[in-house]
Amino acid sequence: MSEVTVQFFASLREALGKDRVTVLLDGSLSVGDLIIKIGALEDAAWQTALESPDILVAVNQTLVERSHEVQPGDEVAFLPPVTGG
Amino acid sequence: MAALIKISVQSADFDIGAETAALAIAGTGGINTFLGVVRHQNDNADVRCLRLEHYPGMTEGQIRTIIEEAENRWGLLAATVIHRIGDLYPGDQIVFVGVASPHRGDAFDACEFIIDFLKTRATFWKKEFTPDSDRWLTTRQTDLDTASAWQASEADSH
Repeated sequence: MSEVTVQFFASLREALGKDRVTVLLDGSLSVGDLIIKIGALEDAAWQTALESPDILVAVNQTLVERSHEVQPGDEVAFLPPVTGG
Repeated sequence: MAALIKISVQSADFDIGAETAALAIAGTGGINTFLGVVRHQNDNADVRCLRLEHYPGMTEGQIRTIIEEAENRWGLLAATVIHRIGDLYPGDQIVFVGVASPHRGDAFDACEFIIDFLKTRATFWKKEFTPDSDRWLTTRQTDLDTASAWQASEADSH
């Protein structure tokens, strides 16, 4: 078993009440399946929030699709729509 | 030759005079700069404070990618992007983009391109505090449209 760190930013962090969680993986799994796993570990409302099409996903600081396979040791982040500049 | 690139995400204020002067490297014929400031009113409400957060590491990487894309389209000698984070107040400087080029046309276009994509791609988030409430801002449709227009112009040129 190995860990992935999952981070939440801005409005998402405030809605979920945590800035990160650690999930134990025994192999790779898709971002979509990771969201289901987080929902089971935390709360079903988390799954709904993370599945929103407005939320972007980064793995190792690169944007990815929901079908991307997360590997043990990866840094995963869920990102609300950005508003810099 | 690769452009000289400076990227800084910082809470401290910056000196636009010094930053602009630093862009005047050998070969430069024109420097174009953009300075963003915190507005006093937004959507008809008085802004008390703007709180900025970012994703350390990813933000700097994305800014570098945006600058490199600009470098592929125009002749750039140097580019600087400074973006502040933390609590900012109306009138505060928030973002600086400066581009040096042999000729003015490239400097104007590259500077506009960089700020347009900073708004839609870089991992910054703004929370706005007004006397009545606070809220996380959402991406403006006009900003998304502006960035899309650059991508369409890129497609046309191929």
